[in-house]
Amino acid sequence: MTASLDNQVIYKTDDLIASDIDAYLDVHQHKSLLRFITCGSVDDGKSTLIGRLLYDSKMIFEDQLATLESDSKRMGTQGQDIDFALLVDGLAAEREQGITIDVAYRFFATEKRKFIVADCPGHEQYTRNMVTGASTADLAVILIDARKGVLVQTRRHSYLAKLLGIRNIVLAVNKMDLIDYDQVKYDAIVAEYRGFAASIGISEFTPMPISGFKGDNITEISPNTPWYTGLPLMAHLETVALDNDADQAKPLRMAVQWVNRPNLDFRGFSGQIATGTVHPGDAIRVLPSGKTTTIKKIVTLDGELQEAVAGQSVTLCFDDEIDCSRGDVIAAADNPPEVADQFESTIVWMADDALVPGRSYWLKLGTQMVSATVQAPKYTVNVNSMEHMAAKTLELNAIGVAEISTDKPIVFAPYADNHALGGFILIDKISNATVAAGMLHFSLRRAQNVHWQATDIGRDAHAMLKNQKPKILWFTGLSGSGKSTIANEVEKALHLMNRHTFLLDGDNVRHGLNKDLGFTETDRIENIRRVGEVAKLMADAGLIVLTAFISPFRAERDMVRAMLPEGEFVEIFVDTPLEVAEARDVKGLYKKARAGQLKNFTGIDSPYEPPEHPDIRVNTVEMSPAEAAEYIVRQLMPLK
Amino acid sequence: MTKTLTHLERLEAEAIHIMREVVAEAEKPVMLYSVGKDSAVMLHLARKAFYPSPPPFPLLHVDTTWKFKDMYALREKAARDAGMELIVHQNPEAIARGINPFDHGSLHTDMWKTEGLKQALDTYGFDVAFGGARRDEEKSRAKERIFSFRTATHGWDPKNQRPELWNLYNARKAKSESIRVFPISNWTELDIWQYIHLENIEIVPLYFSAPRPTVTRDGMLLMVDDERFPLQDGEVPVERSIRFRTLGCYPLTGAVESTASTLPEVIQEMLLTTTSERQGRAIDHDQAASMEKKKQEGYF
Repeated sequence: MTASLDNQVIYKTDDLIASDIDAYLDVHQHKSLLRFITCGSVDDGKSTLIGRLLYDSKMIFEDQLATLESDSKRMGTQGQDIDFALLVDGLAAEREQGITIDVAYRFFATEKRKFIVADCPGHEQYTRNMVTGASTADLAVILIDARKGVLVQTRRHSYLAKLLGIRNIVLAVNKMDLIDYDQVKYDAIVAEYRGFAASIGISEFTPMPISGFKGDNITEISPNTPWYTGLPLMAHLETVALDNDADQAKPLRMAVQWVNRPNLDFRGFSGQIATGTVHPGDAIRVLPSGKTTTIKKIVTLDGELQEAVAGQSVTLCFDDEIDCSRGDVIAAADNPPEVADQFESTIVWMADDALVPGRSYWLKLGTQMVSATVQAPKYTVNVNSMEHMAAKTLELNAIGVAEISTDKPIVFAPYADNHALGGFILIDKISNATVAAGMLHFSLRRAQNVHWQATDIGRDAHAMLKNQKPKILWFTGLSGSGKSTIANEVEKALHLMNRHTFLLDGDNVRHGLNKDLGFTETDRIENIRRVGEVAKLMADAGLIVLTAFISPFRAERDMVRAMLPEGEFVEIFVDTPLEVAEARDVKGLYKKARAGQLKNFTGIDSPYEPPEHPDIRVNTVEMSPAEAAEYIVRQLMPLK
Repeated sequence: MTKTLTHLERLEAEAIHIMREVVAEAEKPVMLYSVGKDSAVMLHLARKAFYPSPPPFPLLHVDTTWKFKDMYALREKAARDAGMELIVHQNPEAIARGINPFDHGSLHTDMWKTEGLKQALDTYGFDVAFGGARRDEEKSRAKERIFSFRTATHGWDPKNQRPELWNLYNARKAKSESIRVFPISNWTELDIWQYIHLENIEIVPLYFSAPRPTVTRDGMLLMVDDERFPLQDGEVPVERSIRFRTLGCYPLTGAVESTASTLPEVIQEMLLTTTSERQGRAIDHDQAASMEKKKQEGYF
């Protein structure tokens, strides 16, 4: 512990360590854990504050302190005093090294609690980093430079903290020493902030006047601010309510991570309890199936438990052998969460490549992984002014409200009620990068009211009657590659073999079903989605469907593949080099595109992503259309 | 009534959650096992995560042949007790060339550990490897992800790491890529010791003080663990009461003089000590930002 007066730090260790280590360990063992985030830029004294917290809680070792002292003299900004910022401030070095400026996690402990601080850069271009840090925080310290008051960045940090559902906000008015601990100025800043906070839905916050540099109101109440009646920062951090405790009062939710099955006599469901408590004998419901049973026992290596609470990782066994697997949610039987497939959500875009509305991404929520598509945003939020702005997509660091739909129903809860069942990430299907984070707000009514109608004559019955296996022969390739010609030849051949077929041609479909669509990336994706759905219906009816579409994007072809049973989607790459297709230019389109009369033309000013592993590939430079068709038909055998 | 979880209970639950996510999503996971105290905690957590099943992955020790004898002894026992397969990999090229820490400097770490690890992962086709690194160990690790992505050549691209929100980890990757996963990222050195104490986890006796033969070199106190230690002219091993704060290759690991022979005494000494943990390891002193560089090359 330390006491500070005029920056003379008096340093002493916890007496218990030396006098009674067992007693000390007992105290340490029972400490709780608070995770918090500090928001502010270097100028606000954020690094100085964190350095001060580490220093005051004795997290600085002698070798580090020696380095710090010499660094302070060499390059510090505080004259002969210790520059605490140098302890944590690697940002300048990071910029020089070209390393991503990122969230850094730091650790310290006091006699009451252990703390994990997510130290995030504060500038607008690092919104995604702050959102990342905020996602696991119980509390946010919003730093304000007392000389400057509430700035644009203060609003941004507060908005993001609120967006991520942080309930405890500390408004740390820093550098009070530089305004002579002036209460009037401090009160004015707090009043201004209160007005703003209320406008974004922050009803409560804890203001405090501090100096990270001088140590005022950090560990002890400062004599320089006799008018301040609250707690010092450290004491507030030590006593503020924990989210994990509040989560225990909510109904039981546990996402199943893994089915534990060491032998035939044991079947347990492993997961971390998100909210609520669970006991042997509790009635539970497994979602999405809705089946109910009771808890038989709670199994851990340390023995069976009589109670497990939110935050614990456990293995649950049921009284009945009901179906339950990874992705399912175990919930209180009388208070289950919702199941839906369309939602309104707020999405924070985190990738350099912008959102492509309509494209299929992986969505991970809890332990559920499904395909999802995001509509064009209703609006984006300007994080500085909170204004809503119209937008067609989401760029890096953009925050927008958009509808999202999943390819199958998922178990969820509004983010405001349950972070574990409302927070999700989006993953690009090609690069596997995490491209966005989002929060579900509510399910859309149309999803609740549209149900699948079970029909008695299924797809197998349709196919059996036709004595064939349904397939979708998906021809992809550049304009002019010969897709339609070859597909036509293949259909003729199949027809002669008494196969029931149907050819969906790109140009023809655009005269009817898709005549409302243009050629932007979004429209092209919608074009393929509709064709995929139609082709799937036809395959369900037992047909062999041939489609001839440029279908330039891998993600959309994979989306159609994912709609069908394994093996029914046959990707046929009509491989023609651009020069050859352009030289043929059967429809005169390349000439128009080159002249700038046609926008978004594949191969010219819009990309074509060739299949990486097509099921069948035909080279139209070496083969005639008839040869290519014959080759394809041979590859398809047998057809039953 | 609310039951506030202690920080150790929450760290334990987090680590278990991470391990289960990996097992559910990885094709062929493995746990890197170095026999040190962090590895001991990792192994213990793995047993908890999958109980009553044994952890559904093997342990992999990337051996340099230069570990302490006590470490080899515990290695076999720990794997047996956990009911897990133990894979020991020694870089055959390093064996053939007789690479050792006395003659080869940083090449020793590079060949045995960095190259050895890559070889082992490639040989067995492991796609996810658990490691025991912690964020508090070193400045460059404060920003490390829990799921850390490596390219097909095991490179670490700091610009290409994925954001990690809530407890959602993205384990998707292309065929040849791999992931290193650090379930105890958020633990501190004190947490590790406290947990070992609380859970009564067996660790290598070298962490406790005992009279051991030593020599001092370049300000480091080294233990003469076997006859391969080349004594310089006039150098005679001196018996001192020493222990180790971290364990690696014995010729590269500095001991501290100490009388702490029980776990509470060790923790007491650690808390009263005034130098940071990694000071005892030669690897950090090699060059500035050395850990960052080693990581980019594929060292853990």
